[in-house]
Order: sequence, then C-alpha cells, then structure tokens
Amino acid sequence: MSIDLSQFHQVFFEESLEGLDVMESALLNLDTENCDSETINEIFRAAHSIKGGSGTFGFSTVAEFTHVIETLLDQIRAGDRRIEPAHVELFLKSVDCIRQMIKSLEAGDAVEMSDANDLKSKFQAILDGKELAAAAPVPASTAPTAPASVSDTDAGSSGGAKTWHIYFKPDGDVLKTGNEPSRMFRELEDMGVATVVVDTADLPGIGVIDPETCYLKWNITLVADVEKAQIEEVFEWVIDEAELRIEEVAQVAVTENPEQNGAKPSSVKQSKVEPSDIVQTTVQSPVAEVSVSPAPSQAISAPAAKEPAAQAAPAAKKAEKNKTEVSSIRVGIDKVDSLINMVGELVITQSMLGELSRDFDISKLPKLLEGLEQLSQNTRELQESVMRIRMLPISFTFSRFPRLVHDLSKTMGKKIELKLLGEQTELDKTVMEKIGDPMVHLVRNSLDHGIEMPEDRIKAGKSDTGLITLNAYHQGGNIVIQIIDDGKGLDKEKILRKAVEKGLVGESDKLSDEQICDLIFKPGFSTADQVTDISGRGVGMDVVRRNIQELNGSVEVESFTGKGSTFTIRLPLTLAILDGQLVSAGEHTYILPLISIIESIQTNMDMVHRVAGGCDVLRLRSEYVPIIRLYDIFNIKPESYNLEESLLVVVEGDNMKVALVVDDLLAQQQVVIKSLEENYKRVEGVSGATILGDGTVALILDISGLIKLAGVRKDEYKKVKQGGDEAA
Amino acid sequence: MTKILAVDDSASMRQMVSFTLKGAGYEVVEAADGKLALEQAKKQQFDLVLSDVNMPVMDGITLVKELRALSNYKFTPILMLTTESAGDKKMEGKQAGATGWLVKPFNPDQLLATIKKVL
Repeated sequence: MSIDLSQFHQVFFEESLEGLDVMESALLNLDTENCDSETINEIFRAAHSIKGGSGTFGFSTVAEFTHVIETLLDQIRAGDRRIEPAHVELFLKSVDCIRQMIKSLEAGDAVEMSDANDLKSKFQAILDGKELAAAAPVPASTAPTAPASVSDTDAGSSGGAKTWHIYFKPDGDVLKTGNEPSRMFRELEDMGVATVVVDTADLPGIGVIDPETCYLKWNITLVADVEKAQIEEVFEWVIDEAELRIEEVAQVAVTENPEQNGAKPSSVKQSKVEPSDIVQTTVQSPVAEVSVSPAPSQAISAPAAKEPAAQAAPAAKKAEKNKTEVSSIRVGIDKVDSLINMVGELVITQSMLGELSRDFDISKLPKLLEGLEQLSQNTRELQESVMRIRMLPISFTFSRFPRLVHDLSKTMGKKIELKLLGEQTELDKTVMEKIGDPMVHLVRNSLDHGIEMPEDRIKAGKSDTGLITLNAYHQGGNIVIQIIDDGKGLDKEKILRKAVEKGLVGESDKLSDEQICDLIFKPGFSTADQVTDISGRGVGMDVVRRNIQELNGSVEVESFTGKGSTFTIRLPLTLAILDGQLVSAGEHTYILPLISIIESIQTNMDMVHRVAGGCDVLRLRSEYVPIIRLYDIFNIKPESYNLEESLLVVVEGDNMKVALVVDDLLAQQQVVIKSLEENYKRVEGVSGATILGDGTVALILDISGLIKLAGVRKDEYKKVKQGGDEAA
Repeated sequence: MTKILAVDDSASMRQMVSFTLKGAGYEVVEAADGKLALEQAKKQQFDLVLSDVNMPVMDGITLVKELRALSNYKFTPILMLTTESAGDKKMEGKQAGATGWLVKPFNPDQLLATIKKVL
C-alpha cells in the first residue's frame, strides 16, 4: 500500500508554524528565575509535535534538529536541569531556524543547514555538559528511525531458515493491557512454520480461577528465515513483564563457523519434531541463553536505513515547486454555526415565497413584498457571515512584535516596553498577511528613529523606558492600526531641509506640519544620519505606503516634537468588497476605488495646458496634473470630446496624481470584486470586474495601471511639474 | 466494520493516520486531545484506540487510565504513538494499561502492520 504523504504537508507546515509561534511567545513570557512548569510543557509539546510530524513526513533535517532541542527541553521539564537565560536565547534562535527550514521546505527550496548545524553543536555542548552527559537519551546524530527498519536491515543479512525455540510466560495481567497471546502466535505463524504448545500446569482449580488473569505459558518452535530481533519485536509490548527466552536451536544456512554454534546440518528436518525433543536439543545446545534487555531504547538504532530516502526527498520537492499554493483557514465553529443558521433561514424564506407563488393574486402583494424584504435581509446577513469566515483577530500579526521588539531593543541598547491594544479586532486574512511587513517596517522605524537612548530620555525628563503601542480598532468599514511611540518625534526642520536638497519641494514653498510629515513617504527619502541595519536605508517609507495603497488603504503620520509620533494605517476590512465610485464613459460604466479619488471637477480650457510630448496637464491650484482620457485608453466613443463638457476625476495612484476624463459620475456603492485573471486574463489598467444591479458587468479600474497605459512616466511628470513651477 | 479512535493534537498526524486507516477499510473517528477522545469512547464502542502521548488538556497516559477504568474498554487494544526519546513514557503507558506502542516517525505501512498485530 502506498500513500502519498505529500498531501498532508500543507497541514503540517501550517501547524508547525503555529507551533513555533506558541513556542516563541511562551519563551518570551518565560521567567527563568521562577520557571512555570506549564509553560515549559507548552514549549516542549510544540517542539515534540514538530519533531514527530517532520519525521513522519520525511523532513529528516527538521526532525534531527528539533530532536536536540527537545532533548534539552525534556531535561528541563523533568527538573534535571535548570533553565538559564542563555538557553532561552538559544531556543529563540532555534525557533527562527526551524521556521526558516519549514518555509524553505514549503517553498520547495533546499534547506540551509549552516545555522542549524551551528545551533545544534551549541545544544550538543550543553547536553554534553558535565552534570548530565549520560542523561541525554539518544545521540543527536542518530536519525529517528522506527524499529521496523531494524528488522529490515537485519533481514537483508540473513540467509535461509533457522529453527528457534521460544519459551513464553506472560504476566498474569497481560490481558488487562489489551494484549492477546494468540495474536502474537498468529504473527509468528506469518513468519514461518510455528508449532505452539500450551502448558497449563499453573492453571488453578475452577473455583478459584480469575477469568481476567492469564495462567498459561507456551513453548513454541518456529522455523523461519528471521533474526532474533524480529521475534523479539513480536513480543515487544509484553517483553518487560513476561518471561521470554528465545534460543536458536540450530542453523541450516552455511555460516562461517558452523561449529561455533554447535549447529547440526540436519536440523532443517526438525521443524516437525516433538516439543520434548526440542527442549532436549536446547538443553544440549551450547547457545547462551538470551537475556532480554528491558531498555526500550534498545530497539532503536540503525540510523542508516532511512537516510537515502530522506536525501532523495528535496529533489522530488523541487519538481513540485511550481504547483499552486493552497492555503487553508481555521474557522471558529460559532462562525460556521451562524452560517448554517443563516442558510436555514434562507431556505425558510425561499419556501415561503414558493408557497406564495403557487396561486398568486394581487391581494397577496403585501405578503410578497414582505417576503422579498426578508430575502434581502437574509442575503445581507449571509454575506456578512461569509465575510466573517475570512476574518481573523489581528493578534496573529501583533504576536510577532514582542519578539521583534525584544531582539531589537537588545541590539540597540534601548529600553522599550511594547503595549498591544485591540488584539481581538478582526480583519480579512489576506489583508492580514500583507500588512505584516509594512507594520514591521514602521515598528522598526519607531524603535530606531523614534525612541531615544535611555540617557537621552532621562535628560528630556521622560522615563528611561520607551513605550511603543500597537493599537487596532474598527472605524466604519475600515480597520485602523496605529503604531504609537513616545520618542522624540519627527525632526520637521531636518525633513524640510532634506526635501529641498532633493528637489522634492521648492525652497520658498510654505508647507503645513502635516505636509512636512507626509514628505517621509516620498521615494528616496531618509534623514537618518547613519544608516543602521535596523532601518534607514532610504527605501522604506515609500514602499510601506505603496504596499498599503495596494491594499486600498492609506497611511499617515502625526508627530509632536519631543512627544512622539503616531503612524495610522487605514485598511478596508476585506479585499473582496470595494467602496466604488461608478463613472460613465460613452456607453460603458467603470468603477473607481473611492479611496483613490481626491476630487472631481468641471474644467475650462484655461486650466488645461499642453506640454511637449503631447501630454495635456491640468493646472490644479499650485500643481500640474497629467490628464488621462479614459476613452483613448479603452478605445471607446465618449459622449463628448470637449474637455469642458466632460468631468475630470483627480485620482492618486503610485504616488502621483492624474486627472481622468469621464462623461459623468454615477452612484457610489459597495461592489464585490470578481477576479479577471481567474475568469479571463490579466488586463493592464483593470484590477477586476463586478456585476452591477442590472446584471451588466463593470470593470474596476486600476489607477497605477492606467498611468502606465497612458504612458505618463514619473520623470516626464517631474518635467511637467518643473515646467509648471517655472510657469508659476 | 472495525472502528478505530485516532487521538493526536497534531492535525497533520491525525489526517495521515485517519487517511491511511480509512484507505485500509477501517472506520476512523478522530479526537484532538484525551478529553475529547474519552467523550467519543463513551459514545460508541471502538475496537482499537491509537493515542499520542503529549497532548494538551488530557495527555495520552491519563486517557489510557481513564479508558481502562471503563468496563467496556478493559481489554480493548490501546496503542500509544510515542517518540523514541520518550523511553520512560512507554513504561508509564504500559503501567497505565496501554497495549503497546508505535514509534514516531512511522509510515503508513508500519502503521497498518502494527494495527494488524492487535486486530
């Protein structure tokens, strides 16, 4: 029977990553002085599960590495060893290391072992430490291998049938553990020819017999091509309590020194001899009685057997690399219940309407309207319930920050306290996955540029410990995430100076505080005096803003000198629904994301300038904005080619503003986004489609795609802008 | 049909065990910890219980003890799924009344071979 284990890999990866998160947060909460055994248990369990799973699914590198960690944890758990702060650091590094390994495996890449080997030797050094050298159960280099492979290896070296005599007297309580001697004999029969003779000598009289106790013992002759270890394996589960002797009577196969065992060449015929004869033979045989070791670890050795298969695995994985990633989601049972509830109500409404339609006359109209109203309410509730399934609490993202702050503050020598608020605020899983990195960047930024060194804080009359607060809450249809620090705040003068230097603003420009703060999101902007490896490479904030805008969100900063800064991210709760502005161009209806619209204006030709290169620009107060004609891009016939009769919608995308020429603005509404890629193919300038109330399909426009399509390049835009500046 | 109760807190292990056993024609019920397993065992009679040792809420050893205390599970085979480093766990499991054990990591063939030993 062959089962493709790879079908369980995705679940394994996900649960391992979750396990690592559990380990990490437990490690961070661990007080080494006053060690809580439940926390240690929790860490141990997570490591243990990862090891078990990785071994089972053939990820031997992960299994080997986790084994070392588990061994140390086991000693700590058993109280054989005290946990020290150094251990915690090492465990935390290992968590990172395993996470990296799992991610590589998930992506089908080769696993980078240098970190793992490094850590492994550090763990080994601790394990080999004087006080407990002997306590480490299994050497780390031994790959976890099932006992079955012991017999596989042994079987390969044997040749020909052997005759074994087995004396078996189980413990009286053997049946109470669910073990059944007859099943063991059946197994022996599967190996070869077994003659089982029961000895009832110990059986008490019928009056005193306890039906749950086993009084029997057995003499068995087995002729089979097996090694002793294989026979022992049959009795593996009862070996410790039973009296068991396994003796080789004679050998048929040509061994190098037949005399040594006193083997008789004729013994093959002994397979049918009477038990008494066998006993006699045994007595005469010089073969030493086999003592059975009670050590359970005895069955585990032979690391070689599994190795080739494990090594072949990465190559096989590579081939699968391109297969699409299927991610799953864990949903609370209450959400599923509410969904089922909702569907139940929908069914009731449907049957009610069905009933109504059977012999409908106008007198039933109010009833029909009532039914339809109910249907629309059911639909709305159902939609909300389905949306909620994709919602997860933001604690999934927040949970990575305690570690980040712990590590970074250590590196920088700052004292920082992290406060998490609104962890239960829910948002869409996809949004959550994509907001993690921008948030990491912002938190790093606050740590590096915001919070001052302890001595500077004391000088400024603040507590030496800085405070970073992550806050999340719902506002309207959005989730708001704030990253608040109580550091020194943005240096507005420096920002302005830098912006002038880089030509982002004119020297004489009057900017509000808000506008100055906003400059940090411009491409190529960094005020860090020294580029540290924490942040400040100047490729940050603009990327952060772009990533957030891709999620149809926005980010702003508010800052007070000496008091700190607050970064506020606003995101839609889901990517499946969009607040859209319907616009018409010719006979078509398009949808613009509401969040990208700055204003809509009617223009007169005085405001429109033509610059070299054929691009029209709109003069909008002090700015010049390129004009993009939707009808040109989509090659349709508009109601009017005259700009004065059209509407200009000023939108922002890709950090620049453009004015879209449309015929009219229609309604604003929430639209459900349908992917074009899934149903048709990717189209530049269009991010998706939706179905309107009247059943027609409307395309949702992608502003940055439109900018590209229209051929407005940033350098050109700059030129336009500079030209505009001169004109002004 | 032979009914097996598979207990493990790791979803991937549970899926693997369950898939393998179902493929071999057994009926399988899954449980994520000892407490849930015990509830299942009280609801219906299983012919075999496969249980992980390290689990939250109620561990495998306690589960074995609880099951053996029930009159209809006195002689039912109960196999522990252990790792080789937990040698003392095997003994503890035995003392609690477990029938035997299967050492992790195991593959589906080993699982089926072991199960045939007790069914």
